[in-house]
Amino acid sequence: MGLLMSKRTSSGVSRRGFLKGSSAAVAATSVANSSTAEAIEPGVQVVTGETSISVTVNGRPMKATVEPRTTLLEVLRYQFELTGAKPVSVDGSSGASTVLVDGKPVMASTTLALSVADKEITTCESLADDSIPKAFVEHDAQQCGFCTPGFVVAVRAFLNRHPNATEEQIRTGLNGNICRCGTYANVLQAAISLVKGN
Amino acid sequence: MAEVEYSWPEQADTQLIGKRVSRLDGMEKSSGTAKYTYDINLPKQLIVRALGCPHAHCRVTAVDTSAAEKVPGVVLVHHLKAPQPGDEPVEIRADGTLLVAVAAESEAAAAEGVSKLKVTYEMLPSFVADHDLEAAERADRTKRAGGGIELDEALGEPGDDDDEEEWEEEKIQELFEGSEFVVEGEYGIDAITHCCLEPHGSTVHWEGNKLKVNLSTQNVSRTDDGFADALQITADEVDVHCEYIGGGFGSKFKPDYWGIAAAEMSKKTGRPIKFLLTRDQELKIAGNRPSGFINVKLGADKDGVVQVWDSHHWGTSGFNGSTVSVGNFPYVYRPKNWRRRATGIITDNEPSVAWRAPNHPQACALTQTAYDDLAAKMGVSSLDIFLRNLAHIDSPEKAPIYAEQLKIGADLINWQDHWHAHGKGAAKGSVVHGLGIGIHKWGGTANSSNCLLKIHPDGGVESYCGTQDLGTGTRTVCAMVLAETLGVPLEAVQVHIGSSTYPFSGASGGSTTVGAVSESHRRAGQQAIAQIFGLVAAKLNVPADSLTAAGGKISVDGNSDKSMSWKQACSLIGIQPLEVTSTYKRGSDSPLSSSNVGGCQMAHVAVDTDTGQVRIQKMVAVQEMGLIINRKTAESQVYGAMIMSIAAALFEQRINDPQSGLFMNNELDSYRLPRLGDIGELVVHLHEPESERARGVIGLGEPPAISGAAAISNAVCNALGVRVPTLPLTPKRVLDAIRSAKG
Repeated sequence: MGLLMSKRTSSGVSRRGFLKGSSAAVAATSVANSSTAEAIEPGVQVVTGETSISVTVNGRPMKATVEPRTTLLEVLRYQFELTGAKPVSVDGSSGASTVLVDGKPVMASTTLALSVADKEITTCESLADDSIPKAFVEHDAQQCGFCTPGFVVAVRAFLNRHPNATEEQIRTGLNGNICRCGTYANVLQAAISLVKGN
Repeated sequence: MAEVEYSWPEQADTQLIGKRVSRLDGMEKSSGTAKYTYDINLPKQLIVRALGCPHAHCRVTAVDTSAAEKVPGVVLVHHLKAPQPGDEPVEIRADGTLLVAVAAESEAAAAEGVSKLKVTYEMLPSFVADHDLEAAERADRTKRAGGGIELDEALGEPGDDDDEEEWEEEKIQELFEGSEFVVEGEYGIDAITHCCLEPHGSTVHWEGNKLKVNLSTQNVSRTDDGFADALQITADEVDVHCEYIGGGFGSKFKPDYWGIAAAEMSKKTGRPIKFLLTRDQELKIAGNRPSGFINVKLGADKDGVVQVWDSHHWGTSGFNGSTVSVGNFPYVYRPKNWRRRATGIITDNEPSVAWRAPNHPQACALTQTAYDDLAAKMGVSSLDIFLRNLAHIDSPEKAPIYAEQLKIGADLINWQDHWHAHGKGAAKGSVVHGLGIGIHKWGGTANSSNCLLKIHPDGGVESYCGTQDLGTGTRTVCAMVLAETLGVPLEAVQVHIGSSTYPFSGASGGSTTVGAVSESHRRAGQQAIAQIFGLVAAKLNVPADSLTAAGGKISVDGNSDKSMSWKQACSLIGIQPLEVTSTYKRGSDSPLSSSNVGGCQMAHVAVDTDTGQVRIQKMVAVQEMGLIINRKTAESQVYGAMIMSIAAALFEQRINDPQSGLFMNNELDSYRLPRLGDIGELVVHLHEPESERARGVIGLGEPPAISGAAAISNAVCNALGVRVPTLPLTPKRVLDAIRSAKG
């Protein structure tokens, strides 16, 4: 399976290539159903205009119509009405659009929708029965709340990897998310309580 | 019916007030289901992106929209601060000013449309050196911003033949000559931006001639008139709605010109319009706090009590050319003799707007650093200097409160154990530690507020109030006050806020909201319960004043055997719901709320003299706020305010390119804010002697956001023995200060 672009991102697809214009090449498997895909070398296709992708979102199979430039965040917010992940920074530096893709945290604002075709997306909305939001409420780890869904997903991902994290590990492990109201002290307490199983 | 006497219950008798209650909308926020303005998608909506001016100072002479209009998905191109064909050029005074808006079927199509706009500019010289008074004078960019003087009566009066200013100058100089210690310093604090995580904006649509606005606003009840004025309709034809707001901090009181444009674009297209700023636009044009720089000279007696203060400060509030309000200098401390002067600097920046505790954090940092330098000069404890100078403060009656707070703070931060004279601490490798203090004040008068309370014959309780919850927990406060007053469980009260169709409640700014809604909801609750007591008293044939409401019951003389359930009591109302509308007007005398609080913060920092990095070890906040409604969210306010102080002290600053005036750090990787790992240990002490509680509710949003930055600056100075003069204390500034001290 080949890629036309030389520069690869961790998702295996060049963001730069997509953003250059409205056409891009992606691994053929990602766009097998695309009527506009055009093969230009074996195993590689150029996608222009709209195409349809399948994803599993919070356990449900979904289809989205995307252009090469469409981000995962736009798909979630405008096509699936999942507005928990927030558009705060284009460059992902706020962490407010954090979601899980195949269990790993990514910034939906810097993830192109085509790159998540056939993958499993978990958003904050599916964590309503998880212990994390409850701990956030108990420890008041939210003020305006705009950063909160991203923080909740980030804490989930962090604790999945570090279920017995020390306070020091929590302090160094949750630095991808910005809260402007300053709820960090409360987020820290929420995370500590989750480790303790309180 | 007898007139209701408004009051709060005694602390011992409360079920909810003063307790730790989780916010009612916490789960909505934590599970991503709370709908903010940005999250509201209306059928057939168009999404707007706008072109921000790429120059700080220029004239826009022409705009060619033809290519943008041809982009697939683009529906409308709309002029903002740009000339229509044939119009005069438009002068632009700030990088990022919105010129032309493009409405399209998707974000990407709108952005592509913006990229195709062709704009012709005529460049003009820009000036952004807000710290450089001489350069500003040379460039004719200064404006007088007030001043004043007060001298001790004992110094007498100028004679008839004296020139008043010369006489004052002579007296000031005599005071300095008579001072045991004189400190001269230059201090500064850069402009910062509000940087709301939910950018400013709206989603609007028209229903016939009625404008429906979902607006990210701190002013639900009173932005309708702003839309109405601009659109030449009347305020009753505008409904503003805001259930959740993603940060405001003083910057979201108005429709803003992009909000008006959204309404106009919706009218033109006949479709809903969603127009929120992009991150760089939010940083550049949606709100900033003025910078301040000061030259100070102060003189003190042998005990370190300041006798004379003489200052000149300057800074910018953008192209309108003001600076930090001169009336706040010197801050809290007010020696018998002072002279102050301010100069505004006109820069090519967006004008500043209110920022949490307007003027106070800057005035505090620019004043109390000088007081701390007095401690450094004398080689005595900063705590002693801050305590001794309570002899001369602007509200003398507050001196005992501050003294108590400073003692509490000192205990909590282990002042005794950690204190060393400035620059005299033992270094561990390249790391030195230090302690610092700041003290602050705030008014916090309750805003005007009305509440409509409905009690249904089946016992249901609902309230309506045109206030808003900025994340401070307003919604929960409304419910707590009503539930306490009616003696029903918290979950029995349905609180409705966030719509201009509800009874008026003032804007949330200046720590006025908890007071406002506590006033209106307590009044409505007391009026309603008095009526219900009347009905129950008649039914049980007991005096109404023997009744109490608690635990879902109305009891006689507090006796649960002689009681009636809430539901039974409400069935006496009849077939119509009992409706009460309460009114509280800002400034009217009330036993339920008051104003004027003090507080102090202390910081313990570690500074790496090799890297210039400052780490917060611990911070302590001691804060009075009168009667506490919700202890949990009150503490959150203080934690958040301390973290904001860390932000302004160590991280955030607006960076303009000195030549072009461009705003350089317009994303969140470069506009630096603290992260979870940057906060150290934070301790909040809510200072609530019974005498303070008896004053009623006082707003808490602003005061704890004031003195933290001064405390951190002072702690860094204590660690290094060198003042890093300008906030934020970036590693470069720390290293520069160390190097220049070494000569």
